[in-house]
Amino acid sequence: MHRHDDISWIDAKISYNTCEGRGLLCLHHLFKNHFLGGDERRVDSRTIYVGHRPCPASEPFIPPKFCDNRIVSSKYTVWNFLPKNLFEQFRRIANFYFLIIFLVQVIVDTPTSPVTSGLPLFFVITVTAIKQGYEDWLRHKADNEVNKYPVTVLEDGRRIRKESEKIKVGDVVQVEEDETFPCDLILLQSSRDDDTCFVTTASLDGESNHKTHYTVPDTEKDLESLNATIECEQPQPDLYKFVGRMHIYKNNQEPAVRSLGPENLLLKGATLKNTQKICGVAVYTGMETKMALNYQGKSQKRSVVEKSINAFLLVYLCILVSKALVCTTLKYVWQSKPGQDEPWYNEKTQREKDTNLYLKMFTDFLSFMVLFNFIIPVSMYVTVEMQKFLGSFFITWDKDFFDPEIKEGALVNTSDLNEELGQVEYVFTDKTGTLTQNNMEFIECCIDGFQYKYRDASSELDGFCVTDGPVSKLQQKAGREKEELFLRALCLCHTVQVKESTEQGQDQVDGLTDQLDGLGVDGELSQPQEQQRGFIASSPDEIALVKGAMRYGFTFLGLESKTMKILNRNNDVEKYELLHVLNFDPVRRRMSVIVRSTSGDTLLFCKGADSSIFPRVRQEEVERIRMHVERNATEGYRTLCVAYKHLSAVEYAQADAGLREARLALQDREEKLMAVYNQVETGMSLIGATAVEDRLQEEAAETMEALQGAGIKVWVLTGDKMETAKSTCYACRLFQRNTELLELTVRTLEDGGRRREERLHELLLEYHKKAVQDAPPVKAGVTRSWSSANQDYGFIVDGATLSMVLNSSSDSNSSRYKNLFLQICQNCTAVLCCRMAPLQKAQIVKMVKNSKGNPITLSIGDGANDVSMILEAHVGIGIKGKEGRQAVRNSDYAIPKLKHLKKLLLAHGHLYYVRIAHLVQYFFYKNLCFILPQFLYQFFCGYSQQPLYDAAYLTMYNICFTSMPILAYSLLEQHICIEVLLDNATLYREIAKNAMLRWGPFLYWTILGVFHGLLFFFGVRYLFSNPALQDNGQVFGNWSYGTIVFTVLVFTVTLKLALDTRHWTWINHFVIWGSLAFYVFFSFFWGGIIWPFLRQQRLYFVFANMLSSVSAWLVIILLILLSLLPEILLVVFRKPRGPHSRQVQFVMIKFVLI
Amino acid sequence: MMASTYNAKDEDGHITVAGPGGGTLRSRKPENTAFKQQRLPAWQPILTAGTVLPAFFVIGLIFIPIGIGLYVTSNNIKEFEIDYTGVDMSSPCFNCSQNFSWNSTRPCTCSIPFYLDQPYESNVFMYYGLSNFYQNHRRYVKSRDDSQLNGDSEALTKPSKECEPYAFHDNKPIAPCGAIANSMFNDSLELFYNDPNGTKVQIHLMKTGIAWWTDKHVKFRNPGGNNPNLTVAFQGTTKPVNWRKPVYELDSDQENDGFINEDFIVWMRTAALPTFRKLYRIIQKKKDMVLTLPRGNYTLEVVYNYPVRSFEGRKRMILSTISWMGGKNPFLGIAYITVGSVCFFLGVVLLIIHHKYGNRNNSADISN
Repeated sequence: MHRHDDISWIDAKISYNTCEGRGLLCLHHLFKNHFLGGDERRVDSRTIYVGHRPCPASEPFIPPKFCDNRIVSSKYTVWNFLPKNLFEQFRRIANFYFLIIFLVQVIVDTPTSPVTSGLPLFFVITVTAIKQGYEDWLRHKADNEVNKYPVTVLEDGRRIRKESEKIKVGDVVQVEEDETFPCDLILLQSSRDDDTCFVTTASLDGESNHKTHYTVPDTEKDLESLNATIECEQPQPDLYKFVGRMHIYKNNQEPAVRSLGPENLLLKGATLKNTQKICGVAVYTGMETKMALNYQGKSQKRSVVEKSINAFLLVYLCILVSKALVCTTLKYVWQSKPGQDEPWYNEKTQREKDTNLYLKMFTDFLSFMVLFNFIIPVSMYVTVEMQKFLGSFFITWDKDFFDPEIKEGALVNTSDLNEELGQVEYVFTDKTGTLTQNNMEFIECCIDGFQYKYRDASSELDGFCVTDGPVSKLQQKAGREKEELFLRALCLCHTVQVKESTEQGQDQVDGLTDQLDGLGVDGELSQPQEQQRGFIASSPDEIALVKGAMRYGFTFLGLESKTMKILNRNNDVEKYELLHVLNFDPVRRRMSVIVRSTSGDTLLFCKGADSSIFPRVRQEEVERIRMHVERNATEGYRTLCVAYKHLSAVEYAQADAGLREARLALQDREEKLMAVYNQVETGMSLIGATAVEDRLQEEAAETMEALQGAGIKVWVLTGDKMETAKSTCYACRLFQRNTELLELTVRTLEDGGRRREERLHELLLEYHKKAVQDAPPVKAGVTRSWSSANQDYGFIVDGATLSMVLNSSSDSNSSRYKNLFLQICQNCTAVLCCRMAPLQKAQIVKMVKNSKGNPITLSIGDGANDVSMILEAHVGIGIKGKEGRQAVRNSDYAIPKLKHLKKLLLAHGHLYYVRIAHLVQYFFYKNLCFILPQFLYQFFCGYSQQPLYDAAYLTMYNICFTSMPILAYSLLEQHICIEVLLDNATLYREIAKNAMLRWGPFLYWTILGVFHGLLFFFGVRYLFSNPALQDNGQVFGNWSYGTIVFTVLVFTVTLKLALDTRHWTWINHFVIWGSLAFYVFFSFFWGGIIWPFLRQQRLYFVFANMLSSVSAWLVIILLILLSLLPEILLVVFRKPRGPHSRQVQFVMIKFVLI
Repeated sequence: MMASTYNAKDEDGHITVAGPGGGTLRSRKPENTAFKQQRLPAWQPILTAGTVLPAFFVIGLIFIPIGIGLYVTSNNIKEFEIDYTGVDMSSPCFNCSQNFSWNSTRPCTCSIPFYLDQPYESNVFMYYGLSNFYQNHRRYVKSRDDSQLNGDSEALTKPSKECEPYAFHDNKPIAPCGAIANSMFNDSLELFYNDPNGTKVQIHLMKTGIAWWTDKHVKFRNPGGNNPNLTVAFQGTTKPVNWRKPVYELDSDQENDGFINEDFIVWMRTAALPTFRKLYRIIQKKKDMVLTLPRGNYTLEVVYNYPVRSFEGRKRMILSTISWMGGKNPFLGIAYITVGSVCFFLGVVLLIIHHKYGNRNNSADISN
C-alpha cells in the first residue's frame, strides 16, 4: 500500500509536469498503464475542447468521441422488449424451473397437459412483463421529457436552440434561472457580478439550500474568443468530487492553467437559482453525468426469509426428485413381472414399443417429475411477492408514522425486507439527528477559560451574562479583546450563507419559509422583522454558532464577492476578505478560514473538535479550556474549540502557494490538500470553546428501552466525542446507573504508559474475562432473562482504537483481537462507538453482520455520513431529518422520527415476520399434502403417472381454491394485537433468530403435511374397497376417488388456516368461506357441462354424484375432522397465545416478581 | 427528472414492486380508516381447554352413534361373492379359462352352483368383480374419445389420437375406439334358482338402471341423432378388435343399444383401484314376494369370454343388497366409532387437565 502511494505521487508529479506537452502525456499514459496495470484508483483524464475550437498546440485537432447527452434510464426498446424481458425473467431460477417443466410437458408424453403448468407460468410472466413494461414506458416518458428539452447552445457566436439530447461534450450551453442543467457543466460565465451562481441540488441529494458555485477564475468575458481545453478525470459517481484543469490559450502566450474543483462543476439535475443566466461548457454528458452514474442501481438486499425459502425449496426439490426416482424404479420392477407391462387390454402404440428402454426410463422419470411438480408451486412466489408489496402499504398508511412537523409519513423504498424488521438483533444508530434532534441551540461558550452563559439578552447591558464559571473566577470576564476575537472567529469561521428575505423577490420568500422555520428564528431574538435572517448551512452547528455570536452582538451579514461582512457590537460593519476556506472533513474534524482584515492582518480562524484542535495549539492554553470542554461534554453538549493564528506575509504566501498547488493537482488532490491543511493549521492559539445543545429526540429513551427489552442490542455509532456521546447514552437510558462501563479508548490505552498494542491486548483480555467468561452462561441467542440481577456492561470504543483492533499489524493478532472484541461487544447490553468516520461505521456493521450466527443488523441514521452503514446493514432506515435526504434516498425504509422505530420493529416487523413465515410454511405444507396422495396413487395404478386429480383441479388448487385465504391471512393476521406488541417488547424475542422458519417448525409442518396426505389418500382408499357407494348400487370410478380426496384436501387445508387465524376480520371470513364456496360452485359448474374444448369429460357430474352419496359425505367429514384433531389438541396444549391470555400471563409474571 | 421520481430498481423478472410511491405520498396524511390502520374489527377466538372441551364431547357423542349405526347397517347388508376365474383344477370354469382363444366361435360356458344360506330381501344387486385389472393405468384411462361417445359424427370417423392403437382397424375407424372400449367385459352371467323340488328357475336380471343417469342420457349418445337405425349410423366404422359383435348389436332394445348400452357405459367409467367391482344387473324385488332371493341352491351360468389369467387376474360375481350408505363396507362404521371414542377420551383428559390447571388460570383472570 505504501509503495503504491509513492508511485501514485510520482505519477501525479509527472502528469503535472507534462501538462504543457501533449505528446508527453501520451507517453505518460503509456507509462502508467504499463507500470501500474489495472490499479483501480487510476483514472484516466479526458480532454475537452471548449466550443470545439482546436487549441493552438502543435498536434492536429481530433474531436474526441464521447457519448451524447441522451439519458437512457429505460431498459427496453419496443424491439427488444420481448426477448430481453423474457430473458431477464427466465434468469430467475424459479421461473426457469417452471419453464423447464412446461417444456417437458410439451415434448414428452406426460400425464398432465402443458396447460396445467403453462397457464400459471404464463400468467406470472405476463403480469411481470406488463408491470415492467409499464414502468419502462414511464421511464421512456421521463427520459424523453429530459432528452427533448430545448436548450440554448452557443455555436460560432450564435445562439441555437437544440434538443437537450444533442448536446455534445465541449458545447457551450447557456442556462437561465430556474432551469435545470442539461448535463454536467463547467461554469464559465455568470450574469452575476461576483462570478458566482447559486444552485440547488434538491433533486440530487435533497439538500434544498442554495449552493454557491464559482466561475473559472480569470476566464475571458467573451466566450467566442475563449480558446481553452479542459482536462478532467473520467466520469465518476461521487457528487462532491471533481478534479480538473483548464488550459487557456491566449495569442502566442504560454497557456494559463486554472484548477477546477467541484465548486466549478454544475451537475445535471441541479437547478439554477438567483442567477439570471450562466454559460458553461459540457464536460460530462448523458449517461456519463454524475447524476446518471448515481442512479445505477444499488445492490439488492435479500431477506433471511428468502434464504429460508430457498433452503426449503431445496428440500422439496429433493423430495420431488426422490419421489420421481422411487416411482420410476418401482415402475420397472413392477413391469418386469409378466403380463403387467402390457396386458392384452392395454397395448402400447407402435411408437412406444419402438422407444429405447433407457430413453423410456428417462421420459418416465420426467413424467413423474411433471406429475409431482406442483409440490413446488409457482404461485408461492406470486403470493410472497404480493404479500410483500401489499403488506408494505400498511407502513406507509400508518398514521402513527405521520409527523405533523414535516407533514410526511413513513416511506418504503423496498418491500423485500418487511419481515426482516421482525428479526433485528442489532440496531446501529447514529447519534446526531437520530437520537438527538439535530436542532442546535447555542448554550454557552468559554472564552479564555471564563464561562459565558447566555441567559437573557436584556438582563445586562452588553448582552453578556456571566454565570457559574469556576468558583474562583466567578463573575469574572475575559478581556474584551479576547471576547471580540472569539466572537469574530465565530462569525467568520464557517460556510454559512445568509438569506436576505427582504431583498429577494416575493417568490423567493415562499420557497424559503420552510427553511427558515427550522432554524430557530424565534421570539428569543425579538429583532425587527426586516433584520430577521435565515442562515443556510450544511451543518446546523454552524448556524447555531453564528446565531450564538449574533446574540452576543456580532452579526454576520453575508459574503459578497469574497468579502465577509460583520456587524459588530458597536453597529459598525467590519469587512474581511475571505482568502481561503479549509473545508471541514470528518477526518480532520475541523475547518478553517483565512481572512484578511481591512487593516491588512491575515488571520486564520479554526474551529473543530477538541481532539483535533488541542494538539495544534500552544499547550499552556489548553488546560484552562479543557475543563470546560469536558464538563460541557458530560452534560451532553456538542463542543467545539476555536483557535486562531496570525499569519505573517511570508507564512501566508507559503500557505497560499501550497493551497493553490494542491488544488491544481489532478491526482490525489484530496491527500495533498489534507497535507497542506495540516501544515497550515499548526501553532494556533486557543481562544475558547463553544457548547451547543442537541436535544434528545422525542421518546428517544422510551424507544431505546423498548428495543433493549426486545432483546435488540443497540450500538451507538457517532462521530461525536466520547463524553458527549456517553451522556447522550445515559440520557437515552442505554447506559443505566448500574451499568459497568468498559472503556477501550485512546485515553485508557495511554493510561498504562506502555505501548498501545500491549495495553490494548491487556485491556481486551481483561474485559473479555469480565464480560464473557465471568458472566453466567447466557442461553442461546438473545434471551437475556430480564428478571435476573446480572451485571450489565456497557462498552465504549473510539475510532482510533477500533482501527487498531481491526487493522492490527500482524494478521493473527488482528483476527484474535477482532474475536475478543466481538465477544465483549456481544455480551454488553449497549455499545458506544464514538469518533467514528463514516466508513468505520460501515466496517463495524459489517463485522457484526459477518460474525457468528449472522445476526440481522439494522442501521438508522439521518445524514450523509450514515449512508455507508445504512447500505451495509441488512435493513437500512433513514430518518427524514435535517441533514439532507441522502440517508432517506439510500435507505430501505424512511421514518420521520426515531420514536417510530419502536412501532416499526415491535409491531410491523413482528407481524410481517409472523405473517410471511406462516405463509411460507403453509404453502409448502399445503402442496405437500396436495401431491402426496397423487404420489401414493402411483402404487395403485401400476406406476403409470395417472394423475389422481383432474387437470382443472391441479391447475386451480394453488391459483383459486387455496390462495386467497392465505394471502388475506398474510396481510391481516395479528396473532397478538398491536397494542400488546407495543406494550410488551419481550414478545419480540419469541420470533428472534428466525424462530418460525427454522428446521424445527419446518419439520413440524412437513410431518403435518405427510400426515394429512396419508390420511386423505388411505381414508378414501378404504372407502373405495367397495366402490358401490350410492344407495342405488351404482359404483364410483377413479375420478370420483380423486374428487373426494381433493374435496377433503381443500376443506382441510382451508380450515387448518382458519384454525391458525387469530384475527378474524370480515375479509378473512369472506375469503375463507368464499373460497370454499367457490370450490363447491366451481366443481358443480365444471362437472355440469359437456365442455366442447375438452377431449375428455372426466368430471361430468362426478361432483354432483359424489354429493348424492351419504358415504362420501361421511368420509369427507370424518377425514377433515381427523386431520384437524391433532391441530386442535396442539393449540390447546400449547401456551395460550391469544392477546387476552397474553396479558394474563404478563400480569402473572409481574405478580410473581413482586 | 429522469428516473428519480420512481424506483428504477433492477429487478430481473422479479415481481417485486418497489414500495408504494417514492415520494408521491409527500405531505399527505395517511387516511385514518380501520383497514389502513390495521384496526378492522376482528373476532379473536382463543382455543383453550375450556372452549374445546365441549366440542370434543359433542363430537364423541355424535360420532359414536353414527359409527354404530354405520357398522350395524353395514353388517346387515348381505353380500355373497363367488370367484369363477377357474384357476383351480376343481373349478367348473377351469376348462374355459385354459382353452381361451379370441377367435373361437363356440362360446365356452360353465355353471357354478352355490348356496345362499340366508334369504335376500329387497333389491339385490349383481356385480362382477375383477382383480389385478389396471383400469386406472394412464395409458388405459386416456384411451377413449368422449366426443365419439357423445355421438359426434366427425369423431366417429376420425377417432382421437388418444385411442391409439385402438383407433383404426383395417383402415376403418373403430367405434367405440380406445383400449377401454376394446376390453369391455363380455362374460355373460345368468342366475338360476334351484327349487327344492328340482326345477331350475331363471331369475330375471334387469339390465337397466346400472349406469349413472347423466351418463346414459347426456354424456353418451348414439351418432346420427334420433335415427333409430343404428346400423346406418355406425356405417363406415368397424367393431373393436376384441369384440365379437359390433356396438349396435349390444342389445336388442333400442334404448339400450349402441353407445348408450348401460353395460358399456358402466365399463367406460374407469375404476379407481386395480381390484374393483362393477354393477352388472339388478334383481328387483317382486311385488308379491317377500324375499327377492330365498335361501337355497343357485347356479351361476357363465359364458366365459373374458380372459384374465394372462395377467393373473381374478373374476368374481357378487350378489349384494344395498343400504342408504351403499354396499357393504365396515370401514366407515369402525372409523367413526374409533374417532368418536378418541374424541370422547380426549374430552375426558382435557376435563381433567382443565380441572387441575384451569383453576389457576381462572384465579389469575380474576386478579386481573
